[in-house]
Amino acid sequence: MHTKTIAQLSAALRSGEVSSVELTSLFLDRIKQHNPALNCFISITEEQALAAAAAADRCLKAGDAAPLTGVPIAHKDIFCTQGVKTTCASKMLDNFIAPYESTCTARIAEAGAVMLGKTNMDEFAMGSSNETSYYGAVKNPWDQARVPGGSSGGSVSAVAARLAPAATGTDTGGSIRQPAALCGLTGLKPTYGRVSRFGMIAFASSLDQAGPITYSAEDAALLMNLMAGFDERDSTSVEREVPDYSAGLDNGIEGLKIGLPKEYFDEGLDDNVARVIDAAIKEYEALGAIIKEISLPNTGLAVPTYYVVAPAECSTNLSRFDGVRFGHRCEDPEDLFDLYTRSRGEGFGAEVKRRIMIGTYVLSAGYYDAYYLKAQKIRRLISDDFRAAFETVDVIMGPTTPTTAFKLGEKADDPVTMYLSDIYTIAVNMAGLPAASIPAGFVDGLPVGLQLIGNYFEESHLLNMAHKYQQVTDWHLQMPKEFQ
Amino acid sequence: MSVDQSDITKVALLARLKIDEADVPQYVENLSNILDLVEQMGEVDTDNVVPMAHPLDAAQRLRVDEVTETDQRDRFQALAPQVEAGLYLVPKVIE
Amino acid sequence: MEWEIVIGLEIHTQLATKSKIFSGASTAYGAAPNTQACAVDLGLPGVLPVLNREAVRMAAKFGLAVGARVSPRSVFARKNYFYPDLPKGYQISQFELPVVEGGQLEIQVEGEAARVIGITRAHLEEDAGKSLHEDFHGSTGVDLNRAGTPLLEIVSEPDMRSAKEAVAYMKKIHSLVQYLEICDGNMQEGSFRCDANVSIRPKGQEALGTRSELKNLNSFRFVERAINFEVERQIDVIEGGGKVVQETRLYDSDKDETRSMRSKEEAFDYRYFPDPDLLPLELDEAYIEAVRKTLPELPDEKKARFISEFGLAEYEAGVLTASRELADYFEVAARIAGDDAKRTANWVMGDLLGALNKEGKEIGESPVSAELLGGMLQRINDNTISGKIAKQVFECMWNGEGDADTVIEQKGLKQVTDSGAIEKIIDEIIANNPQQLEQYRAGKDKLFGFFVGQVMKETEGKANPAQVNALLKQKLA
Repeated sequence: MHTKTIAQLSAALRSGEVSSVELTSLFLDRIKQHNPALNCFISITEEQALAAAAAADRCLKAGDAAPLTGVPIAHKDIFCTQGVKTTCASKMLDNFIAPYESTCTARIAEAGAVMLGKTNMDEFAMGSSNETSYYGAVKNPWDQARVPGGSSGGSVSAVAARLAPAATGTDTGGSIRQPAALCGLTGLKPTYGRVSRFGMIAFASSLDQAGPITYSAEDAALLMNLMAGFDERDSTSVEREVPDYSAGLDNGIEGLKIGLPKEYFDEGLDDNVARVIDAAIKEYEALGAIIKEISLPNTGLAVPTYYVVAPAECSTNLSRFDGVRFGHRCEDPEDLFDLYTRSRGEGFGAEVKRRIMIGTYVLSAGYYDAYYLKAQKIRRLISDDFRAAFETVDVIMGPTTPTTAFKLGEKADDPVTMYLSDIYTIAVNMAGLPAASIPAGFVDGLPVGLQLIGNYFEESHLLNMAHKYQQVTDWHLQMPKEFQ
Repeated sequence: MSVDQSDITKVALLARLKIDEADVPQYVENLSNILDLVEQMGEVDTDNVVPMAHPLDAAQRLRVDEVTETDQRDRFQALAPQVEAGLYLVPKVIE
Repeated sequence: MEWEIVIGLEIHTQLATKSKIFSGASTAYGAAPNTQACAVDLGLPGVLPVLNREAVRMAAKFGLAVGARVSPRSVFARKNYFYPDLPKGYQISQFELPVVEGGQLEIQVEGEAARVIGITRAHLEEDAGKSLHEDFHGSTGVDLNRAGTPLLEIVSEPDMRSAKEAVAYMKKIHSLVQYLEICDGNMQEGSFRCDANVSIRPKGQEALGTRSELKNLNSFRFVERAINFEVERQIDVIEGGGKVVQETRLYDSDKDETRSMRSKEEAFDYRYFPDPDLLPLELDEAYIEAVRKTLPELPDEKKARFISEFGLAEYEAGVLTASRELADYFEVAARIAGDDAKRTANWVMGDLLGALNKEGKEIGESPVSAELLGGMLQRINDNTISGKIAKQVFECMWNGEGDADTVIEQKGLKQVTDSGAIEKIIDEIIANNPQQLEQYRAGKDKLFGFFVGQVMKETEGKANPAQVNALLKQKLA
């Protein structure tokens, strides 16, 4: 039962083959069994989960169940969940019991899905390896000596190890797609503004977007049906009709034009990964798609630009963590200055402090134009690259990451090398486009992700492309042996 | 572009972060490397480019002027390190 | 050396919205601490700001009222600094692109020519909370009820040349925002606050001197005193061979002095940048025109109308239009009174304001409503009572004894207009005062007043003065 997709679980729950309490207990048992090794959960909400499951079973019995009623799910610990510890994997929030619920998790809960717990992540979502968590690194179920990717590392590790059939994540520079790729899962970052950011602890407000992490595109569509939609509590939420993401999954893709940006296949890409991606593209060709080489000339500037924009926004987003109204406060502050500097100095980890300092630096007097304003201009150029590309192609494809999962500790001491591992994912956030990563094969037993980038609000289109591929391949159903 | 120790001290002060003296050299190195990466932005001419603050060219939506929030002081202050008489307490502020 | 004083004012007006600028918490004054601070106001993690429609409309209204440009596109920015009353560690304000740019206002100091003061800009921002410094075992208490209250910060050009001009400007803005119903103007509750940038320069010099920013000027009186003190201080510094430093100074009303605010070891660097949680505020032409249609008659327009319609003098019209409430009071009373608006003006400016002043009351608290006063003036105009008796009627109305007609009836104050009765009294008085009659007829005109007085005394002031005059002239001739 634990290897089924949420579409399958939904059917099993409806047919009475299994109850939500049984299913929830099964996953809770698996979490207890494997979490000590993988460290993918920060909190396990057993009691609430069983209560929610019992309620879901009543709905199922009464016949008024929604598509995901009774289906277990794990949430990244960046979403505020009312009455449940919400830490953002930071010492700063180790004692923070959220007094309200994020819109995203609320919508999923209202549909009857059962929250199993809160997943580990890079601290405040700042990282690409899940090594910056205050609660320790997360392991990749495919090779526990390797990182699961980040920042949604706990979510992907849990789903890949079948400790949860699906999870939520957030993506600021690749934090859904990169870990999904490294753990062999389907991950979707929606168009900026498609999913509400209310109650999602902000890293970089103009880049953050929540999305689903699942086995299949079909499952991702089911979750998107719940997560997407306008929220009046988020000024950046878009007031626009939400399509039925499940409806177009089976549409034919013959004649669709796929653009391959030459910059995504340059010398930085691992040869073996390149071969997997090439094979995937061939598969699309076999499905009737037309392949076309394109250029996104400013690709190389995405990482430098991101490391101005994201730290600038985070440096002030994180000012509210000051030890006054909530969160960590240092012992016996001498004065106000001491209260601030020590609470923040102790509460934040090294990577968070680095980014706050970079952000503070680039916004400070005398540097604003050279860094922040310049970055905003290049952001426009990056975005224009995509606009031009979508004049000629329907979807853009390429590798999600330049390599497969790297070893724990391998890049931990070298921030810049770590940052460069997000080279293919970051530009999408700068432009605000939707993009997915889907499993496309393996290199030495480690998963490789194929990235699909769509035009604004064309999530349906991406899910359709992904689903068609998953109909003719089974990479997305592969499981790490230990966790079958 | 490289930063020096005094830059780190200044930025840490602005950001209200206590940095251990021993960690300063590490931060100097990290931040200098990051800024070197960022310097690549200088390679492109952006003279006539309109800055982009947001992915979507949308305008701010306006809220109806209604009181929708009720008093939740007790719930919120349960999260606070130090409160008294409904006030958040901080070390004495001298003006 | 002769010095020229240069003053610019930054006025913070709390906009009279029901809810906060970025949240649905109430803005009502005086609630128990932190009971009107919601998750957004407290800067809890994950919550987001959404802009209040009414705050925007009020800002646009102000802009149009001072002939400024209401920006088709303005941007909210974060002003970053740490302080306990600033929960997010940044204030959401407008920096590069404010909602209102470039207006002006005419001011007049009594006895001087009118002057035009430029308004550089007005921008929307959120208010901070309050730090309470009374001792909590050596701690400061923070109340965030005020955090997030909408403010319109109105920034003037450095166009004022004396403390009196600064006060005149401030009063004009104070009156205007109340006319526009965008601010209650309550300075005690902090709804209307002012900072002043003050510098001096040798007369004739173009370049501006170094300025100091005076904070905490929470009454018109303090503005004048603080500026005057500061100007003297700067003159002393410069004439003593020193240099004025650019700094923020706090006005201490108890000591009547300004003192430097101890600036922490850091220089301020606010790191303004566009707030990524908010999108640009866009106001199109149709919106701006719709707001323009809602503008009330503004003080200067009202003043001109009072002069042309009611025949008031410039000065009277100026006083009566200084506040919308007073102007409305006058207009209601004058319309009821019917004839002689000047008489109404005199009563409002004299007896009414005098009585209010004596009891420290505002016009809105007056026991004599505009309707009551108008009703009484109507009785003067139709000769039911004399102006002198009216003083007595006014006092009775003030004490809650009913309207003018009731008072006149109950106290029997109705004017005697029966000429037969008056003639009879005059005849008696003439008969009883032969000596005065002789002197009057011999040319001592002043004695006319004596006879008037006698008649009034006899009638307890109720005789119609015009009638008395006419009859006396006839009989004494």
